[in-house]
Amino acid sequence: MTDADEAAWTRRSVLAVVPPAQPRRLAKVPFVELADGRLQGVVSSGSDIERVYVSSVAAGNHAYHCSTNNNRPCGGLRGAPCKHLEALAEEAVLQYGVDPVARYLRVDAGPDVRGGRDLLARMDTRHEPTPAAVVFSRFLRHLAYLELPDSTTALPELHWFPATGAVR
Amino acid sequence: MLGSQLTQLHQRVPTGLAEADAVVAAFDHALVGGFARVGDDAADALAALAGAVAGTPLHDRVSEAAGRVTAGSFSQEHLVSLAGARSALLGAAHDALLGQFDTAVGRDRAPWRASVGGPAEVSAPRGAARAWLHETAVAGWRNADHDLLSAVGAPVEAALAEPSHRRLAVLLDGLAAELRASLPVVGMPQVPIRRWADLWSRAVLLAQDWSGPADDVEAVSGRLLPLGVDIHEHGTSVQVQVHGVFEPAGGRPARLVRTAVAAAKVATITGPAVWRLLQAHPALLAALAQRRVLALTDLPLHGADLRWLDGQARVGEPADPFVTARLLLAAATAAATAPLDRHPTAIAEPVLLEGYTVRTADGLTIECDGQQLPIAVDRLPAAGPLTPALVAASSCCLGLLRWDGGRWLVQPLAVRATIRGKPVEAHNGDWAEGVTDPKAAKVAAKAGDAVAVLRERAGRLLRR
Repeated sequence: MTDADEAAWTRRSVLAVVPPAQPRRLAKVPFVELADGRLQGVVSSGSDIERVYVSSVAAGNHAYHCSTNNNRPCGGLRGAPCKHLEALAEEAVLQYGVDPVARYLRVDAGPDVRGGRDLLARMDTRHEPTPAAVVFSRFLRHLAYLELPDSTTALPELHWFPATGAVR
Repeated sequence: MLGSQLTQLHQRVPTGLAEADAVVAAFDHALVGGFARVGDDAADALAALAGAVAGTPLHDRVSEAAGRVTAGSFSQEHLVSLAGARSALLGAAHDALLGQFDTAVGRDRAPWRASVGGPAEVSAPRGAARAWLHETAVAGWRNADHDLLSAVGAPVEAALAEPSHRRLAVLLDGLAAELRASLPVVGMPQVPIRRWADLWSRAVLLAQDWSGPADDVEAVSGRLLPLGVDIHEHGTSVQVQVHGVFEPAGGRPARLVRTAVAAAKVATITGPAVWRLLQAHPALLAALAQRRVLALTDLPLHGADLRWLDGQARVGEPADPFVTARLLLAAATAAATAPLDRHPTAIAEPVLLEGYTVRTADGLTIECDGQQLPIAVDRLPAAGPLTPALVAASSCCLGLLRWDGGRWLVQPLAVRATIRGKPVEAHNGDWAEGVTDPKAAKVAAKAGDAVAVLRERAGRLLRR
């Protein structure tokens, strides 16, 4: 980008600062986010429809944890990330792309990394329990958006946020 | 729109536009570093902002605010004055640009008649939003951190809970998500300076305990002939805004109107799935997907904005939006924008472009009688069938004329094109009742039903 292009960019009102999330199947991992300095999310239990796991990996030190939303530790954690953490990482890469996830977690991804599992394998991870409550309540707040009533008066500010992404 | 109209649009640049833009740009730069410590450049920018509104009723307040902020002893009131002055300048730019457009195409526009509103009840969510916006301006974009972004959660949640605060909530949520994704801002290759200052200023004004004009709403009945649909989306909101020609019952002159419906969502519901969130408006979706007329009974109309009440709309006979544009658009009367909403970004004027070629070097550009008009390719939504390739192959386009970054652009809403010798027509609203393109439907099916999955999870986990 030339200096003139850069100056023109900074004077534009409508820019896609956050690329839209890529669609992915939500059944297994309904919630993934890069927030609070962690890759964190919620993974539905494969065996019990009422149960969910809260999984997270911290940026930088790559401390991980996985537990039920009632803080019962995940039985799959045996000195290494469990299948829930692998699913979380896989889905995060689908939603955001490899590079944004690697950058956020501060992992040197390299050209061979395709999915979240590869990314986890490249981290020097260690287990460190963290409370599930914060992430779980963020998930509930996330779900609560779907319960808000529709609006039928115009929201003029959304002209700054055009829908985009037609790349087929 | 004819080549000669484009010529006029490009030749008559409003007087003072560049100067106003420079004053705004300098102020926006000051917001990057924040007002905790105001350097020489920022002090000059604030003084210039005050100078730009000299001779207006704003001047005394803005001068005082500029002085106080420069001296480092200021309150929320002073930031409101600065946001107000910036908005007034861009509002004037909006008016000048729209006037230029109206002159070029001969569009008739009814003036704004309603009052400017009045004081509203004190609201806690608005107060919380004002405090956050103050903190943000003090810090500046460059110094925004995780703590600042965590602090916006409470005002957003409180504003979302109050339907009358939806504009403020949606705006704050969108701005905060961008900041969060951009941390640390010093690590960004470049900061979206104008954009974030726009969003901040508008949020400051919406966070005041002031209500918009409630008067001047008329109930109208008649036929709405849709021209096209503009789709807006950020992580937690989607809005579809239908532009159309309204023919009032009783044979009064046709008007250019628009109507919008919006729903809250989450980031993982995107692309064609967003239509699923708007199923409370079946008549509107049917009219879009099937390209039909809507018969309206007693819908509130305020300026150009028709408030949508789906139960008072009936889907009627087929109506080709291109025919509507060709026959009715030129004679329809437009309406002025509400004062608070005036900003160049609000300019979204339906136009019909025909008999052009598309140049594909360096983005897409329409060429018509030696005139050029860039195409806003990044405004083609994943929720509809328009693609850059389709637009590049088009020879007829229904779109919205936009202004951004110092130039006019066209945002396509529908195109007619020739692909491999066959005529193709596509409209943004074609998939309102479900994806009709087999290839896109396959992609959507692969992603599964995001709305259903999340509603099931919400049903099981939320009410415990």
